[in-house]
Amino acid sequence: MTISDVKKALNCKVFCGEDLMDQEIHSACGSDMMSDVLAYVKDQSVLLTGLVNPQVVRTADMMDMLCIVFVRGKEPDQMMINLAQSRGIVLMNTSLRMFDACGALWDSGLRGGHKSDE
Amino acid sequence: MNNTVKLHYIVDGEDFTRAGEASADVKKNLRKLGVPPDVIRKVAIALYEGEINMVIHANGGVIDVEVSPECISMALKDQGKGIEDVEKAMQEGYSTAPDEVRSLGFGAGMGLPNMKKYTDSMKIESTVGVGTNVYMTVSIS
Repeated sequence: MTISDVKKALNCKVFCGEDLMDQEIHSACGSDMMSDVLAYVKDQSVLLTGLVNPQVVRTADMMDMLCIVFVRGKEPDQMMINLAQSRGIVLMNTSLRMFDACGALWDSGLRGGHKSDE
Repeated sequence: MNNTVKLHYIVDGEDFTRAGEASADVKKNLRKLGVPPDVIRKVAIALYEGEINMVIHANGGVIDVEVSPECISMALKDQGKGIEDVEKAMQEGYSTAPDEVRSLGFGAGMGLPNMKKYTDSMKIESTVGVGTNVYMTVSIS
């Protein structure tokens, strides 16, 4: 699926990266703990999180992620939007809570990218 | 790439929002030098965790990175409060970070274990009240 499909599945509002929505994504992860993202994530291209600060964008950048979705309607500030723009990362939010957002993406066919999912 | 490339950064300890800028710049440079993506990923994660540690615990410091055709060497030096028990600090889940750091998504005691996990060698020299030096290498093969 593409980032555009994620937007539709979660009814997202887009903050930046409208021109990057056609990128293919193959897996996602959900976490509020950035150290866990750094420890366990491998080639997941979407990060769902309830945490809103610039380190979320920096963590996604380190992991070459393409898109961040903030759950529970959380909104990034302008500094985060500028940072994401400079790194080519799409920022969106959804009003869904973490569990429901992950569930909706799973329903759409997206997986976590771990062996146990196969 | 035949020569050794050296990169030097001063990490500002005052501003947590900027922590990670040095690591992002190293990542960009390694990409330009044609270093394989999996090696870049390891260096970026280890360095980023180290940089975050410097800001959280030591009020900043300096980072030196040396890129040779065989490996990437990193040295992170600070003049912070030092680590009392390095062995304990290496355990997953052990953390002395304040709550405000946890609310930012770090401080879960994963930093040093992550740095070890993603590097081929790691050495910590620390003296309480003087500071900490961390040396890490990632091989290019």
